[in-house]
Amino acid sequence: MLSILIWLPVAAAAVGTLARDKRAAGAFALAGSLGALGLAVALIADYNGHSGQLTHVTNVVWIRSLGIHYSLGVDGLSLFLVAMTTFSFALAITAANIRNWATPRLFYLLFALAESAVLGAFLAQDLALFVAFFDLMLVPFYLLLGVWGGPGRVSATLKLVIYTFVGSLFMLAGAIALAVLTAQHTGHPLSFSISTLAASHLAKGTQEWIFLLFAAAFLVKMPAFPFHGWMPDTYREMPVEVLAVFSGVLSKVGAYGFLRIVLPTMPQASVHFQLLLLLIGLASVLYGSVMAFTQTNARLIAGYSSIAQLGFITLGIFAFAPQGAQGAVLQMVNHGIVVAPLLLIIGLLAARAGGSEDIRDMGGIAMRAPILATVFLIVAFATLAMPGSGNFIGEFLILLGLFQTKMAISILAFAGVVMASVYALRVFIRSMHNRTGQKVHSFEMRWQEGLALVPFLAAIGLFAFYPQIQLQRSEKAVTATIRQEQVLTARPTRTLAATIKTTTVADR
Amino acid sequence: MIALVHPHGPYVNFAALSPIEALVGGSVVVLLVGLLRSRFAREQLVPALTIVSLGTTIGLALWQWHDHTSAVDGALAIDNLSLVMTLIVATAGIAATLLSWRALAPRESAHGDYHALLLGSIAGMVVLVSAQNLVTLFIGIELLSIPLYVLCATEMRRAASLESGLKYLIIGSVGSATLVYGLALIYGATGSTDFATIASIIGHGHSSNALLFTGIALVLVGLCFKASIAPFHQWTPDVYEGAPTPVTAFMAVATKAAAFGVLLRVLDVMLISERSNWQPVLVTLAAITIIVGNVGALGQASLKRMLAYSSVAQAGYILAGVAVATALGARAVLFYLMVYLLMNVAAFAVIIARERETPYGDDIDAVAGIGKERPWLAWPLTIAMLSLAGVPATAGFIGKVYLIDALVNGGYSWLAIVLVIGSMISLAYYLRVISAVWMRPAPGPSVLGRGAVPVIAGGSPEADSVVGSEFELTAVAVLFAAATIVLGIVPQPLFDLAHHAASTVAGAL
Repeated sequence: MLSILIWLPVAAAAVGTLARDKRAAGAFALAGSLGALGLAVALIADYNGHSGQLTHVTNVVWIRSLGIHYSLGVDGLSLFLVAMTTFSFALAITAANIRNWATPRLFYLLFALAESAVLGAFLAQDLALFVAFFDLMLVPFYLLLGVWGGPGRVSATLKLVIYTFVGSLFMLAGAIALAVLTAQHTGHPLSFSISTLAASHLAKGTQEWIFLLFAAAFLVKMPAFPFHGWMPDTYREMPVEVLAVFSGVLSKVGAYGFLRIVLPTMPQASVHFQLLLLLIGLASVLYGSVMAFTQTNARLIAGYSSIAQLGFITLGIFAFAPQGAQGAVLQMVNHGIVVAPLLLIIGLLAARAGGSEDIRDMGGIAMRAPILATVFLIVAFATLAMPGSGNFIGEFLILLGLFQTKMAISILAFAGVVMASVYALRVFIRSMHNRTGQKVHSFEMRWQEGLALVPFLAAIGLFAFYPQIQLQRSEKAVTATIRQEQVLTARPTRTLAATIKTTTVADR
Repeated sequence: MIALVHPHGPYVNFAALSPIEALVGGSVVVLLVGLLRSRFAREQLVPALTIVSLGTTIGLALWQWHDHTSAVDGALAIDNLSLVMTLIVATAGIAATLLSWRALAPRESAHGDYHALLLGSIAGMVVLVSAQNLVTLFIGIELLSIPLYVLCATEMRRAASLESGLKYLIIGSVGSATLVYGLALIYGATGSTDFATIASIIGHGHSSNALLFTGIALVLVGLCFKASIAPFHQWTPDVYEGAPTPVTAFMAVATKAAAFGVLLRVLDVMLISERSNWQPVLVTLAAITIIVGNVGALGQASLKRMLAYSSVAQAGYILAGVAVATALGARAVLFYLMVYLLMNVAAFAVIIARERETPYGDDIDAVAGIGKERPWLAWPLTIAMLSLAGVPATAGFIGKVYLIDALVNGGYSWLAIVLVIGSMISLAYYLRVISAVWMRPAPGPSVLGRGAVPVIAGGSPEADSVVGSEFELTAVAVLFAAATIVLGIVPQPLFDLAHHAASTVAGAL
């Protein structure tokens, strides 16, 4: 079933390339992504959160000589990320269908290949398979950016690919080293299975350098503060429909990699580098927030806000507290379903502001487009983590978890929450209200555009009012990933944690 | 061939020698057919016979699979290693024949000569990888090299081609001289020319150290020239750039495979007990080669030069697998050589096609914008570049994983990191090609058909009639690129081949 989920989008798009009518390619890609979405919803309905185990496991030998298995499985950790991926891709492909693309067959084939690769990364239970999908997803995005991107696309692709591929190659070396050294350590045959690797740990010194190799890959992908050099160009040049999934989904693969691979297999190293990663997370929150309200390009504001959000997620993961990790996973989904519509809206705004994405050229759009303004307002509120939004719950849980383990960092990170409201409202006010820009020619959004945006609003609403739908299912799996780190960093302040935990439950 | 050299040889196993006989026989037949007057015989029959000869070689090699015999009184071993190597070089030969079917080089130098030299060179490679004796090793390497010197210069009206041939001749001769000197010293130190005897003498410590070390060092230098290991690689870019492109493609894959085949035999079998002495040197050379090759390839505008430096870098990766001297390393080397064949031939086929279609030669401009115009060329080139860079779902990725696996397993994690860093650098130039293919417009109206090769670049009036319908180039490119993808997803057949082939070497490890 999971194999079908992964390969359905690209298979459908491949069939679409055979269709005689070029326009049909988009319809086929859409059908494939909707099919994947349906399967993902079925997975959620089917999932029993109480076991916390992997379900729908597929495990066949892929490359015998290297001990690589084609091993898939879904648990509470990946369940909603998979759903969010299929959801975002389905809507982004819907939005893409509104426009006419040069060479549409290739465009949709690559788009669908990207979806398949991301799903594969979320579902892979074999480290080598994960690495393969992780690298593979770069290829379609590289071409999507390079062929259909804006005027500065060629240098943007170069930056994007060099940054992320360098990280990926480090991870490749780390993954092989991890598997080979574990096999030598235990005397078992070479295996890349994540559960096998998590069962026995290497010496701390070895763990540490392998940890750094993995961290390089994931932090670049997220992107985190000092590794974000590729981000501005990519955000500026990528077609906005592609950027919506790129920002919404791909950045989560990095954070997911920490939870799925790094924490379970290298607990001692994770604890060793806890402070470093927390500081990177904190720096990302502060830097991202500050940059977001000094930028005037709307896309870059979304980009820097993503850095800040991913900083929060990093903080939640490396708090090594159950609430923090839960909050991080919730926030990954929340950010995905918020930033994707935000970017699509920015695309719509640019269409109304004479093609400019600079918020100084916008203004007064709300007058003629009240529905668009309402949609944007909801998304903006969700971005700034307004109480009552899913993001609020996510950030709250993250800060709560962090508060228990590293109070000082938690307090500093609160500043990020405040700044988020400043930059989110700034974009909204500058674009929707204020004096009407010179080139602005405002008009209401079309129903097709609404079709791509309204489901996002529904999802935002769902997670605002009923985040338990995810939290309940993910609790077992997520707490399991940080269990060893919790033991290693056990503190005497248990009672405080316990009290706060009860308040959390009450709050939910 | 060898049978002729040893008229009084005690025992010659003619059946075991059959692949070599097929090649040498084919070479003679092709040379004679090339003398016929009929244009059909020269231009169509000669390449066809060459392919038949190579196909027969492959068939005979497969027929002897798992035989493990020795021919010519132990001077040649017909084992899985030599058979897999025979398959690699013969496949490269078939590809080269197809690529030069309507090329300029055989036309200018007479078809019979060109193809006879090609077959002779392949025969030399087969002898080389089967060598079990210092003398056969040297015969193989000379039989391989001398035809290649000539082949490099076959575009006789182009100065760069002649220069390439001359350069290769001089550098190659220096390499051969160094090699033969080293071989003589090893013989002097051990008193034997047989690999197995030398191995046992060295293993028991009955040898003069100073002589032996000098000998080993000189042999390694000689072989490093052939495999273009830094710092003995300087000839590579010039020769690759100047030689006719089909010859470059052949040299890049087949010579490299043969050189590493014999390195495996010499280092991992004959000199294995001297490992503690040569291993530090070779891992250092591998690291240097990886860096030098990858850095050199940056910023090259000529695709052939870029691929030449890239082949230096790839030689570094492969040498790392040889130097770690484990059974796993030998397997990884063989795996990578097979993968290397696939992706490089695909890339060169596209370059040749564009050379004939555009006035830009092998400049990167020649492939700019072909994503829209020529998807059947653009995709193979993209796949080849991605595979060379080691992107998943291509065979190059698996090959790199296997090499890194072998390095970490052999205790050379740092070299694995160097390999990874080299791959990172390599991305910059491989992706430059991909971005030219997909993201740049064609630099002016594409010149299809007549007048494609300017006269200055060696174009001759006759050549114009051959451009336009190069279905064989597209076929080769698509076939090898498809194999790169398929074997990247289902690599087990290559693993099995590599496993069987390395079993010969692994016995000594």
